[in-house]
Amino acid sequence: MDESILTQMATASSGATRPIIETRGMCLQFGRQVILKDISLKINKGETVAIIGESGCGKTMFLKALVGLLSPTSGSILFDGQDIQQLDDKDMTDLRKRFGFVFQNAALFDSMSISQNIAFPLRQHGVPKGKNAKDLISDRLAEVGLPSNVLPKRPSQLSGGMRKRVGLARALILEPDLLLYDEPTTGLDPIMSDVINELMIRTRVRYPVTSVIVTHDMHSAKKVADRIIMLYPFSRLKHGEPQILFDGPPAELERTRDRRVKQFVHGEAGERLMEMLASKSNSHPDTLNLVDPSHRNGIDEE
Amino acid sequence: MFAFQMFGWMARARPKRETLMPNFYAIGVMSLPVVALTGTFIGMVLAIQSYHQFKNIGLETRLGAVINMSLVRELGPVLAATMLAGRVGSAMAAVIGTMRVTEQIDALISMGANPIHYLVVPRFLACVLLIPALTVMADFMGIVGGYFYSVIVLGIDHAQYLRNSREFVGGFDLFTGVFKSVFFGATIAIVSCYRGFHCQPGAEGVGRAATAAFVQSFVMILALDIVLNIFLDAVYFSLWQTGAKLF
Repeated sequence: MDESILTQMATASSGATRPIIETRGMCLQFGRQVILKDISLKINKGETVAIIGESGCGKTMFLKALVGLLSPTSGSILFDGQDIQQLDDKDMTDLRKRFGFVFQNAALFDSMSISQNIAFPLRQHGVPKGKNAKDLISDRLAEVGLPSNVLPKRPSQLSGGMRKRVGLARALILEPDLLLYDEPTTGLDPIMSDVINELMIRTRVRYPVTSVIVTHDMHSAKKVADRIIMLYPFSRLKHGEPQILFDGPPAELERTRDRRVKQFVHGEAGERLMEMLASKSNSHPDTLNLVDPSHRNGIDEE
Repeated sequence: MFAFQMFGWMARARPKRETLMPNFYAIGVMSLPVVALTGTFIGMVLAIQSYHQFKNIGLETRLGAVINMSLVRELGPVLAATMLAGRVGSAMAAVIGTMRVTEQIDALISMGANPIHYLVVPRFLACVLLIPALTVMADFMGIVGGYFYSVIVLGIDHAQYLRNSREFVGGFDLFTGVFKSVFFGATIAIVSCYRGFHCQPGAEGVGRAATAAFVQSFVMILALDIVLNIFLDAVYFSLWQTGAKLF
């Protein structure tokens, strides 16, 4: 085969797996409290990555650091090869056109109508050439399965699930390269959670978007993601242990030998229950008796 | 630091009309009735409080000069600023604080909007540009209230009241009040927005931010009033070499 064709194929193949976002030795701490320590990750274009972990492990902080909402204490974050910390305000603003962020509680602007909320990125960055703002708004709204009669309403007039869908429509309006979801199914009923899961899958099919989903909903992570990363709270790690306990496809989760990953995947409290009892006994020795099953049996027998 | 950032953004990019107009309406137009009403009451209270003391020394016709001078130089701007801090300052802190707590400020940043440029600059401009109008309204209504009570209720001679008012209250006195009000407006906007931006999480955090915005604005208005009065007196004496004389 011709050498130039081989070179082109190699370039194309490296382009397909080139990381859209990469963190190198990223650390994040507030005062003395270390949240993230030495996180090095590569997320390739087109991937859907779920970041799982218990509350307080720093997964939302990680997500916010990726789009520059938080500055890492050390290390670097590269978006398409550019170190985002080296960018000036203007370049960072331009770069943000390529991000879409779906917030945990949607974070819609109370003072604006749904229509104005969805149009906000268009007002900030302008309407893409050859497109019409009204058409874009109605298209995105239809894509997330909401009727057009919600457009003049205020966010407070919508349910939690509808607000999240509006948040997704707003994040999609500029067709971003990277879509970040912060706990998209938290606080929703199982049916609405599945609707959001389906929307995330459809979005990936419809647009060539890379998605990073922070969640502790294992059903959602397994259904939507093609790669799962599990973070563990830094304060609970033994000295020198990496904070990423698992990084692989969902199918491998069940085969992992790490007890902490298994506990999280199966939702087992494990040693946490004993820690809770121990802390309770230290602060209120009397109340331990009410919780300790052996003692409760003793009372029953009496 | 917060104020410097705000001035930096004000110089860098002009705020959009759609962010300015709602703030101008909420801060300026909606504050007019309450400022006018309290101004009228203060003018009448001044007349009631001063009348008997001035009557005892036979100077009740000079009441207009005292009422109007107090209003124009001091009470008008301080009253307008206090009403603005209470009505608008605490609301600004609560709105921005709620936006902080509910991640709306993060949403602004993530969509490429600078929250200081988007939220603080329009509020600052509205406060600074409209507080002089509110001060003039408080002055005017106070003068009307004082005149009404003195002339209509207390029966002081109309012509003498007006002549004494005109004689003792000059352009510099009006300028003093309006000049001070601009600083008061700036203080209210910066303190209130700062409190909102640094709001602690939860409903309690928002409540505290709103309270702190009013209390700190009010204390700073009074402290600034002292400094500005000393400065303006120095300017007045250096220009005219004589003080305002009532008698």
